[in-house]
Amino acid sequence: MPRSTKKGPYVLESLQRKVERARRGEITEIKTWSRASMVTPDMVGLTIKVHNGKVHVPVYVVENMVGHKLGEFAPTRTFRSHGGMKKKRAPGLT
Amino acid sequence: MARIAGVNLPNDKRIEIGLRYIYGIGPTRAAEIIEKTGISADVRVKDLTEQEVAALRREVEEFVVEGDLRRRVFSSIQRLKDINAYRGIRHKRRLPVRGQRTKSNARTWKGPRPAKAGKKR
Repeated sequence: MPRSTKKGPYVLESLQRKVERARRGEITEIKTWSRASMVTPDMVGLTIKVHNGKVHVPVYVVENMVGHKLGEFAPTRTFRSHGGMKKKRAPGLT
Repeated sequence: MARIAGVNLPNDKRIEIGLRYIYGIGPTRAAEIIEKTGISADVRVKDLTEQEVAALRREVEEFVVEGDLRRRVFSSIQRLKDINAYRGIRHKRRLPVRGQRTKSNARTWKGPRPAKAGKKR
């Protein structure tokens, strides 16, 4: 079930403060651990470094990302493919 | 033969079923459309009158259907890929998108099993 619209999008308060400061040019780097925070329109154009459990992955926020959560853009798993697995591009929707 | 929403030519099935041959119309919408037009669900497609076909066509137009729908689905997926969201990455890799297990199963997306060594006897 999605979050109630009454509450508005979830953004960690300290992250919101950092976004505002970055907009004013007071800071140049935003690091956050808050993967659950939603991308809001005022983050567009900023680069936010989102923690993936190990490092902070730089995410350049574009307009289409609004409404997604920050964590969606910083993968937590590394997969380096199995030996002998061939890539397949089956026909279909994608 | 009735032609609704472009190339769709259902056959001598009941309209309730025939409508579902349109991409974007399933059981629910088919029933809804029939209800609204007041045509009996048991009429065969070939027995429809011109006016009935026209009425159906009008109701079908209420929905996004066929090419437009396909395009919409495709562009939503494309958007996910472009912004590099987790779901987009799963689409790119042709793996299940909604968190299903991939240790086993997921054959629809992964395709036929790769040949395993020593399986033949």
